[in-house]
Amino acid sequence: MPETLFKPGHTACAGCGQAVGARLVIDTAGKNTMIANNTGCLEVFSTKYPESAWCVPWIHSLFENCSAVASGIEAALKYLGKKDTINVIAQAGDGGTADIGLQAISGMFERGHDVLYVCYDNEAYMNTGIQRSGLTPTLTNTTTSPSGSASLGNPRPKKPMPEIAAAHGIPYVATASVGYPQDVQKKVKKALSIKGPKYIQIHVPCPLGWRHESDMTFDVAKLAVETGLYPLFEYEYGKLVSRKIAKIKPVEEYLKVQGRFKHLLKNPDAVKQVQAIADYNIQKYQLKSEA
Amino acid sequence: MIGHLTSKPGSSEANKTGSWRTETKPKFLQKNCIACRMCVYICPEGIVTGEGKNTFKCDYAYCKGCGNCAAICPKKDIEMVAEIEEGEK
Amino acid sequence: MKQFLEGSHAIAEIIKRCKPGVVSAYPITPQTHIVEDLAQMVADKELDAQFVNVESEHSAASVVLGAQAVGVRTYTATSSQGLLLMAEVVFNIAGLRLPIVMTTANRAISAPINIWNDQQDVMTVRDSGWVLLFAETIQEAVDLHVQAYKIGEDPRVMLPVMVNMDGFILTHGMETVDMPSQEEVGKFIPPYTTTYKLDVDNPQTMGYLADPDYYLEIRYLVQQTHRELLSIIPEVASQFKKAFKRGEGNGLIEGYRLEDAEQVFVAMGSVCGTIRDSVDELRAKGKKAGLLKIISYRPFPKDEVLTALSRAREVAVVDKSVSLGGFGPVYTDLCAAVSSMGPKAPKVSGFVLGLGGRDITLKSIQDVYERMSGKQVDCEFIGLKQELLAEGK
Repeated sequence: MPETLFKPGHTACAGCGQAVGARLVIDTAGKNTMIANNTGCLEVFSTKYPESAWCVPWIHSLFENCSAVASGIEAALKYLGKKDTINVIAQAGDGGTADIGLQAISGMFERGHDVLYVCYDNEAYMNTGIQRSGLTPTLTNTTTSPSGSASLGNPRPKKPMPEIAAAHGIPYVATASVGYPQDVQKKVKKALSIKGPKYIQIHVPCPLGWRHESDMTFDVAKLAVETGLYPLFEYEYGKLVSRKIAKIKPVEEYLKVQGRFKHLLKNPDAVKQVQAIADYNIQKYQLKSEA
Repeated sequence: MIGHLTSKPGSSEANKTGSWRTETKPKFLQKNCIACRMCVYICPEGIVTGEGKNTFKCDYAYCKGCGNCAAICPKKDIEMVAEIEEGEK
Repeated sequence: MKQFLEGSHAIAEIIKRCKPGVVSAYPITPQTHIVEDLAQMVADKELDAQFVNVESEHSAASVVLGAQAVGVRTYTATSSQGLLLMAEVVFNIAGLRLPIVMTTANRAISAPINIWNDQQDVMTVRDSGWVLLFAETIQEAVDLHVQAYKIGEDPRVMLPVMVNMDGFILTHGMETVDMPSQEEVGKFIPPYTTTYKLDVDNPQTMGYLADPDYYLEIRYLVQQTHRELLSIIPEVASQFKKAFKRGEGNGLIEGYRLEDAEQVFVAMGSVCGTIRDSVDELRAKGKKAGLLKIISYRPFPKDEVLTALSRAREVAVVDKSVSLGGFGPVYTDLCAAVSSMGPKAPKVSGFVLGLGGRDITLKSIQDVYERMSGKQVDCEFIGLKQELLAEGK
């Protein structure tokens, strides 16, 4: 493994899943890469002046425009005749992707820029203090979708970002998880080998926001996949390829290790509702192992 | 007047986050290691290094003590130990 | 070469000669003719550039931001709501010290929706750190674009420059324009080079987080650069005059019959043409009237303004915008400037004219002149239809 292009000394929380994801991405992409980064945890914890964790050319502009900034970078590289030798990555959290950044992403996809978009999905606005985003799962307790006597938390399901990306007819869409680091690397590598717009959404646990122990990052990420709540799949030129689950686990195993779902455990109907989402995913993405 | 336009690559290394550790730190036993590299992959700080079996270690100058390397090790060859061990006092 | 051109076409022609590598824009009236022409030039290989069609002005500004950050010269244009939508990026571009050039075809702000000219749009980004230049004529707009690249890309400056031209009046008006050749423009603004860029061989971090230990100084540096611009802009204007054999004023301001003027109009943009005619009429009647045209609104040329007004007894600021609940923006700046003159300060009155494309006629300026000598006023709307106001009650 080459020396990392994402140096230590950054100020991510202990056990931060996004730091794991970001390193996997940039170390796979390599030094001939330019990054446009939206506002969010990753930007804040990696570039506190005068320090920077990044060893590749990196720019942050605003919360919602990394797709457009990356489009400009790509257009400039094309103008200079350098695009074929340099990867361009736009990256953001789930709020910067599925909510405030959606319009710019759609524009970038539709225009066909040769850019890899990476969404680090920790399922809420963590940088501002765990507020609900469009990628917050059903019945999650966040600071703006709290559970209470009249609420079980976030009432709505995750926005289907991978499908929204795929609907643009772009050549490559994938989900990944830091619970499967080699899979992340494989998908980033594949994406960068394809010309045109690509979208990868990586599940990155947040110990602070999900309220799990800092040493549970890997296990929690794995459980999300093993329960069917975070299906790993690819749409390569529109064709679905899923990562099968050897032994599917009940959703309780995932819910019980996180404070954000604690309020559900005494409510069998709520757990059933979450199980139904997992069951739907298992069917939709054909996650069951054949054997 | 122009200035402060950019930060230097990798300059975060000046910030020794090892001071964040409060209770425990990982101890790489180097006994049953199979060099699967999972501890390297999962470290949020990117500070676990090693090549062959039983060679892996981490840089305590940056280790925040999150414990994921110990949790991920399939051979239980990394242990979280008290920050100040006997003999280190 | 002298040509009879529509303003927008003239701007596209001069931008082509400035050779931006990336152009990105989103259509909005009355900016469209400029970017349509540039798109055609790219389609016809007259201009070697990437033309990026975007889904909003926010993205148009972001695309040129990204491209400029790679070290490539860029161009965009907008107007009105488009400028408001890109406002967040506009501020960001200045903070990032990227010398982008943008044309704003000045237009009214909604609601009510109105596509006609005034200067309310640019005032929403007045404090962004951009250099804000205002053109009176199509020729001046053409010339200011060439100077805009020269000023912004100067290693001492590294700031974006906006050339304001009144929507329709200048963008769709026709005028005989002396269009410089490609060779002349190329000589005046050589290719853009900088080490401040995204570069895989020198991987810098741009757009970092600055905490309270650093932010104050970084903002101060931008303010300081604006102070330095007060000598850099005249430097560029004089180089331009030498190279192209034309240009009035010193790049910051221009005076018209100011030498012995006691009653002075202060204005920006195309309305200055009308005011010149008014001044001539007043002079013909023996009145000592004059015009102070502000070309550079940011940086605001305080010292030049004070020198120009040193003999003035009465000043009337003609604002084509208003800070609702406050005053006309240029009036506010004028008041701040003359406050240092002490008892010798002229009486400054503020007038708001022409919002939403209401014609500013010689009669409007005559109204202003008459009120200038009367009681001091700070935000007097000129040309109001009293019958419409009566209905409003």
